[in-house]
Amino acid sequence: MANSLYVGRRARNSFWAALCYAATGFGLLWLALILGALLWKGAGGLSLDVFTKVTAPPGVKGGLLNSIVGSLIVTAIGLALAAPIGILAGTYLAEYGRHSKLSIVIRFVNDILLSAPSIVIGLFVYQFCVVPVGHFSAAAGGFALAIIAAPIIVRTTEDMLGLVPNTLREAASSLGMPRSLVIRNVAYRAVMSGLVTGVLLAVARMAGETAPLIFTALGNSLFSVNLTQPMSSLPLIIYEFARSPYPDQQKLAWTGALIVTVAVLGLSIVARVMAAPKRGER
Amino acid sequence: MTATAIETMTVEAKAPDRARALGRMRTADSGFRIMTLAAALIVLALLLGVAISLFIGSLPAFKAFGWHFFISDAWSPPKQRFGAGAAIYGTLVTSFIAMLIGVPVGLGIAVFLTELCPPMLRRPIGIAIELLAGIPSIIFGIWGVYYFRPFMQDYLQPLLIHTLGNVPLIGYLFAGPPFGYGLLTASLVLAVMILPFVTAISRDVFETVPPVLKEAAYGVGCTTFEVVGNIVLPYTRVGVIGGVMLALGRALGETMAVTFVIGNAPHIHASILGQGTTISAMIANTFADADPGLFTSSLLAMGFTLFVITFIVLAAARLMLARLEQRG
Repeated sequence: MANSLYVGRRARNSFWAALCYAATGFGLLWLALILGALLWKGAGGLSLDVFTKVTAPPGVKGGLLNSIVGSLIVTAIGLALAAPIGILAGTYLAEYGRHSKLSIVIRFVNDILLSAPSIVIGLFVYQFCVVPVGHFSAAAGGFALAIIAAPIIVRTTEDMLGLVPNTLREAASSLGMPRSLVIRNVAYRAVMSGLVTGVLLAVARMAGETAPLIFTALGNSLFSVNLTQPMSSLPLIIYEFARSPYPDQQKLAWTGALIVTVAVLGLSIVARVMAAPKRGER
Repeated sequence: MTATAIETMTVEAKAPDRARALGRMRTADSGFRIMTLAAALIVLALLLGVAISLFIGSLPAFKAFGWHFFISDAWSPPKQRFGAGAAIYGTLVTSFIAMLIGVPVGLGIAVFLTELCPPMLRRPIGIAIELLAGIPSIIFGIWGVYYFRPFMQDYLQPLLIHTLGNVPLIGYLFAGPPFGYGLLTASLVLAVMILPFVTAISRDVFETVPPVLKEAAYGVGCTTFEVVGNIVLPYTRVGVIGGVMLALGRALGETMAVTFVIGNAPHIHASILGQGTTISAMIANTFADADPGLFTSSLLAMGFTLFVITFIVLAAARLMLARLEQRG
């Protein structure tokens, strides 16, 4: 009697454990399928032309030069806007206003922005930057990406500064350092790799974003570095070429997808390696 | 003696200098403080800006259609008739099915990682799942349309039509020809996209369970599954629900992956194999062709609706996660 109860419990345990194994296998299977497809379809199209020629109409041999440069420029604009604002706002939350009511509200708002649909951010920037000016521009695209990146940097900066031991701050303050110097010369330095991690994760996120660029940067089939004009970017060209009926363009879409994925996953792996505590520490 | 006197003199001579330096330092100090405060307020202003500008943009559509905007599936640019009904329906249905599949699988992986996985594999598998979360949605889109859609059309959809499609009542859900494109295809891609989020958050909250509690349960002879069911899940319930709502927020707002595979047809079907659309897919797909006026305003109104829905879901998620943090 007792034995059968035990057998039943063991059986139920194995059943659920098997389901958990299956779930993990399911998750890893998808990762493998997607990465496999990217390598299979994308690697074949990799050639020097991809990096040296601009996108061309169907039938003409083209590359992705304007999209790659566009992606870099738009992401750089986003980074230039988001990094200072994100780090400063994160500093306020962690250092000056750690327990204030305002911080509770801002922390909440930041968390909402962190997971807000990116297409909604795109619509906002369209209303705010594109409609008044009257035309699409790379700058608007960069602004949209900054709104997506800033909350990530705010969050990581605050979390990282929270790890700085208070004794470190007190020691610096007791030497007579003003608060701002304590923050910049002691707290920032103590968690520098963490701050860089946050910024890298934000760059990775920006590099893969498509939805907010559709109605801000728009895309451009010509080479352009003019910030006030529409600009191409890799995700935008993937969106356009993946739905194209021409095999040439489809192939380029897959190559672009491979480049974007390698860049995004590479950045997040670097970020993770930097964030991991080094051997010997702690 | 003389040395001390000289020292005192020089200190006195330097005093105004020091005062000035101190003054400069104070200004720089408060300047930095104000900069951080300003940056924090910008974050606040951004969210308000998003809400207000979308609301203003959507006013013409709300005025023209009233409450019918949310339930009507009319979509005819030439007649200037717009309704968000089909898109809202598609958003809710795809998110619901995605949650139905993504949440149990995500939780299963989290249990595997925290309780069953050999320590050697814990980090690599954890990183692999995080990489899945890091893949941009456009990649899910292009993969979905080239690989997953044909699979759905050739295998899964015919299978569903011939088995579940013949069952009374449920059969309506699986009626119609296998297009490949459709609500179900989009839901499955969404499910894969949200499961790493569910895993990441549940793993984090599972780790907040005090080891003593689990050890006590193992000590009285509980199996792993009994520990998870009776100790870990009840202890972390609020946090897990918070994580699930966060994933729901993602699913509701996901754009690129869905646009590729849902078919982009603004109609309401009973069948989940039918082609449909979601709010975000509709905006992404038609915005370029929209003429200013009622058409654009209707799309902005859909964006505003999506913003309000996700705001409510995300706010609830954050409140639940905050409650867990307070306890821990």
